[in-house]
Amino acid sequence: MTPAERAKQPPAKVPRDGPDLTGPELHEKLEATWENPPGFIGWLSSVDHKDIGRRYIVTALVFLALAGALAIAMRLQLSKPDNDLIGAARYNEIFTMHGTTMMFLFAVPVMQGMQVYLTPLMLGTRNTAFPRLNAFSYWMYLAGGALLWVAFVLNIGPDMGWFAYPPLSGPQYGVGKRVDMWAQMITFTEVAALAAAVSLVATILKQKAPGMGLARMPIFVWATLVTSLMVIFSMPSVALASGMLLSDRLVGTQFYNPVERGDALLWQHLFWFFGHPEVYIIFLPATGFVSEIVATFSRRTIVGYPIVVMSLVATGILAFGLWVHHMFATGLPRIGYSFYTAASMSVSIPTGLQIFCWIATLWEGRPRLQVPLLYVIGFIFTFVIGGLTGVMIAAVPLDLQLHDTYFIVAHFHYVLIGGAVFPLLGAITYWYPKATGRLMSDRLGKISFWMIFLGFQLAFFPMHIAGINGMPRRVYTYPAGMGLELPNLLSTIGSLVVAVAVLLFVINLVVSLRSGRKAEPNPWDAASLEWATSCAPPKYNFPHLPIVDSRTPLWDAGEKLPVVHGLRVEDREVLLTTVMSAKPDLREPSAEPSPWPFIAALATSAMFISSIFSPWAVVFGTVPVAVALTAWFWPKSPKPEREPVIS
Amino acid sequence: MSLHPSFTEDVSALPTHAFSYRSLTWWGISAFMVIEGGFFVLTIASYFFLMSQEQEWAPRPWEPPGLVAGTLFTLAMLASEIPNTMIKKAAESYDLAKVQKLLVVMTGIGVVLFVFRAFEFNSLNVLWTDNAYGSIIWALLFLHTTHVVTDWGDTLVLWRLMKTPHGEDPRRFVDVEENALYWRFVWLTWLPIYALIYWVPRFFR
Repeated sequence: MTPAERAKQPPAKVPRDGPDLTGPELHEKLEATWENPPGFIGWLSSVDHKDIGRRYIVTALVFLALAGALAIAMRLQLSKPDNDLIGAARYNEIFTMHGTTMMFLFAVPVMQGMQVYLTPLMLGTRNTAFPRLNAFSYWMYLAGGALLWVAFVLNIGPDMGWFAYPPLSGPQYGVGKRVDMWAQMITFTEVAALAAAVSLVATILKQKAPGMGLARMPIFVWATLVTSLMVIFSMPSVALASGMLLSDRLVGTQFYNPVERGDALLWQHLFWFFGHPEVYIIFLPATGFVSEIVATFSRRTIVGYPIVVMSLVATGILAFGLWVHHMFATGLPRIGYSFYTAASMSVSIPTGLQIFCWIATLWEGRPRLQVPLLYVIGFIFTFVIGGLTGVMIAAVPLDLQLHDTYFIVAHFHYVLIGGAVFPLLGAITYWYPKATGRLMSDRLGKISFWMIFLGFQLAFFPMHIAGINGMPRRVYTYPAGMGLELPNLLSTIGSLVVAVAVLLFVINLVVSLRSGRKAEPNPWDAASLEWATSCAPPKYNFPHLPIVDSRTPLWDAGEKLPVVHGLRVEDREVLLTTVMSAKPDLREPSAEPSPWPFIAALATSAMFISSIFSPWAVVFGTVPVAVALTAWFWPKSPKPEREPVIS
Repeated sequence: MSLHPSFTEDVSALPTHAFSYRSLTWWGISAFMVIEGGFFVLTIASYFFLMSQEQEWAPRPWEPPGLVAGTLFTLAMLASEIPNTMIKKAAESYDLAKVQKLLVVMTGIGVVLFVFRAFEFNSLNVLWTDNAYGSIIWALLFLHTTHVVTDWGDTLVLWRLMKTPHGEDPRRFVDVEENALYWRFVWLTWLPIYALIYWVPRFFR
């Protein structure tokens, strides 16, 4: 039946899921409705959140590997004093590319990829809100990453550090197009992150399973909501800052030029107003992973659910009030020092509360020491060390001594790798069977965990010592006889151990895809809704949408899962529920696959990249973008039927 | 699904569209208004940050922007809220003929606004290259202009759309209503920017 014929039918004749349409017959119909069109165009057109999430995660892991290779190159250069493996200029490019790739192309996107993949499954819905926006987000991210790395390969990659302070990055000192490549990559990734965040916020607020009020949402979903809102409030700041930098460089504005009454510190304020929340945009999803893993592997509900949720919200708010601690060395009024020291220390309170809740959950439960939980324990140990050095450098006198030394490098790798990458690796192990239908090898998983954990400590703990001994960051070599040889050599050995361990993790990912043990729908005996559907989930996620009446629906369901029914099965339709208490409210159509988000991303990329070279690209480049967006939004089906409206 | 379904609630009688915060569109538009509002707030913060570098604002010898074009733009913008409110109400009562007519009016108002805006750029009395004052004044006007252009493009597309059979789909009336909401955002954000471009440089010298 064509859509035109179907539209002429009275509503009662439209096939809907329910007691009369369930099982294999329903599966067949839903599969036909929700599958991608065939071929390469169909692949490009996918708006399935699982496809988009998976693409995000795989791409981000590729960028992790690339940036990791650069890290190894730097460690080899620093393994002995006066080394000449890499020259100063190339070293500048390498540390800039390492930091930029890790922050903008790995850490934020991999977390958003996990959120895009998991959130609709955890909420019990068929797809995200605004699925095409989600697809557009991925293509923009891919284009931005490609821009940066193609520039690097062509030897026009950035070389001024990942936070690009003017005047070094301004037109006077940052000659050529290196800085512009970096600044425009920012525009790409910010558009991508904002688009994904809007989609996630709307999904969480409007597409929760019936009964899943805010107080029953899984903690990972809470973490996703808070981080998506943080993206929405913080990313405009860096996009504005990099836009101003580009215009200073291209059309001669004077925002950061002190000679014409601009101010280089304006950049630092705008950058860190984004940059500090960004750390929590990376860290909070990781705490969401930890909460889910701790509850499942302790086999009990999380201790202090309201405390954990309030801590997430509090961290999200406090994160916006402490950006100036990155600028202590620029000189501030005394009250500014005191305020930002206090604010920086206070953010450790909600984080500390969360840690106590996890420890209490483990203490009260019956922990199973499987690989995901090992990563959580590694996280708690490592993150506490990083958190404590953070409290140390929140104190201005110590920060002034340690600013821009390897102590800082050690600190932020402890919080970012310990705080985000360890939980991420645990989370990938935990949800791998959901995405692939197979479990990862436990033995190989344990080996790589211990190598990563111990190798990490060996690589980064000595950096504290190197920093206290006075080694500045971002130097391509150091002289002998300053007490820096041993810590640097240990760091290099540790980084090689980590590299081998990550390789083992990747081998485990690939091998398990073929030969891993087949997974039941709920292999870990977890409580949240994503485990109610098969591994891997069908295109439509759930045959019937589940109803929730507790925080642990699968532990409380018994043999039967309560569901709603009556959604259309021959058209893509999602159930909208009310924001606070998740009462069923509307049935809205969900977007069909379309190549237009991809084409719109191509048009936008053409405009962004051309505008590195000419300001007129902003004017003429908007025409193809407008055409693509219009085609994207123009309804494709003929006039749909009117349905009865309950007033 | 490993667990057997227990059919608890039939949702087939639920409506397929609603206005305002019940619809997904409203949440999407609101999120983008927050993001773009964030851009405005941060640009305004940068304005005051740069202002603190100067002894007077506008810094001599530059004259503050001429008032005529900007004030005419502001008056036209405020007046546009009358047809904008009418279009919102017409959409909420599914009055297709009225919506079609008013979309033409709104598109026409957009053209008038572009003319005033062009004169505004010409009456700033400073170039973006002259100094940081000039840069931030131009940035505010440019940023706001992108919003006028975007909403005008959106209105134009909606006008064409509502003339096709798609115009009878109730969900398209939700689109028209949300477009009217966005226009409110565009003119509301203009008011502080108008003050910052035209009046603050007069008050602080």
